[in-house]
Amino acid sequence: MTVPRPASPSASPPLLEAASLERRFGAFRALRGVSLTVRPGECHMVVGPNGAGKTTLLRLLAGLARPTAGSVRLSGAILGRDGESRRGIGLLSHQSHLYDDLTSVENLSFAARLYGSPDPVRRARRALDAVGLGGRADEPVRRLSRGMVQRVAIARSLLHQPILLLLDEPFTGLDPAASAQVAALFAAERNAGRALVLVTHEVHEAWELATHAHVLVRGVWTSSGLREGTLETFLARYREGLHE
Amino acid sequence: MSDFVRVALAVCAKDIRVEHRSRTALISAIAFAALVLVIFNFARDPATASREALAPSVLWITFTFSGVIALNRSFALERENGALDGLLLAPVSRSAIYLGKYLANLAFVFTVEAATLPLFVLFFGVDLGGALGGIVLTAVLATAGFVAVGTIFAAVAVRTRFAELMLPLLVLPFLIPPLIGAVQITTRLLAGRPLSEIAGWFRILALYDLVFVTLCLLLFPSLMDE
Repeated sequence: MTVPRPASPSASPPLLEAASLERRFGAFRALRGVSLTVRPGECHMVVGPNGAGKTTLLRLLAGLARPTAGSVRLSGAILGRDGESRRGIGLLSHQSHLYDDLTSVENLSFAARLYGSPDPVRRARRALDAVGLGGRADEPVRRLSRGMVQRVAIARSLLHQPILLLLDEPFTGLDPAASAQVAALFAAERNAGRALVLVTHEVHEAWELATHAHVLVRGVWTSSGLREGTLETFLARYREGLHE
Repeated sequence: MSDFVRVALAVCAKDIRVEHRSRTALISAIAFAALVLVIFNFARDPATASREALAPSVLWITFTFSGVIALNRSFALERENGALDGLLLAPVSRSAIYLGKYLANLAFVFTVEAATLPLFVLFFGVDLGGALGGIVLTAVLATAGFVAVGTIFAAVAVRTRFAELMLPLLVLPFLIPPLIGAVQITTRLLAGRPLSEIAGWFRILALYDLVFVTLCLLLFPSLMDE
């Protein structure tokens, strides 16, 4: 699977600026001094072992959790409790954010209503078409396979055309064809100037999309910057980082 | 229509649609209410406690416990698949989310109460007669406050490991004032006492509603912070 990368790195002002993020759970420090700057058209791949703090980082970037120290800015404004600051964010998490008893189109049209879409049902159907599930739009989510639920969840995260996409394991449960379709969708979003932060263990798919690559181990970056070299050299650095 | 009301109605309609599909909580709550009434009916010793003396307390205990069952589902459905995060991520007022959940819970609890009242009349042989209007008004006023408190504690309890156990422990102490008021009013209504005797209790219930609905609307956003 090869997905075209943008012709040149963006020089636009930062879309997302996370500065010295720290998050504690009691005495445990899940994140320690993590900073991240994301510009439009960039895709930041974040890898790390289980428990490294990747999901915590995404929750802080989404504004679903507050950092113990540090700050998150989206388009220059501090991400706060007010609703408007979250409008530009699309989050795909471990969980689908869907209601099992509702159909895919009901789930997505409800989400579209929350985002103030003027024609929520049409918007929902279009989003489902984009992930290849237009034909299953009227089935309850509980009847869909794991991979289909993942695609509905992806459609939900893209529904309101966010400027920043936060993706936690987006390729989980997808077959190769669906993975390729979803990767092409993310590439199109990136090429349209949206920014992606992609947390994953599926490094092969993510590497093709990434403009930047980061390794998070025990709550700190052990490697962070532009995607350079080959995936093999990156993985070698990643493994070294685990033992430091 | 303002964004606040639009979001609240969307959340309320979604909750009602989910419950309409599954009907789990509604059927459980009504079945539970029927069982409570049956147990009270047969556990009562007719020589020591008359039906008339016991009926108001039994009615409100039944309403309260079956209401708690209905409230438990409110945020339990948001826990499945992390749907609560999806709600909290949306660019909407969190108080509007609370209002939507509150309105849906009111609809559920009123439905449970409407189904329970005929069973209560059947088991306790109470002649509601002219008291029906007053009892309905009491139910509306008491339920409005009870559901306001129950909705916010359901949101808190859902983030704990034993949400179903935590909700009654958290919410029941706050229900004592409306419960006392509702029982006092019902006792007097069934005894055919004049309105002047119960007007004060109605005012207390209305004040409780005003205070707790306002407080809950204000507190909900802070309680949703992780």
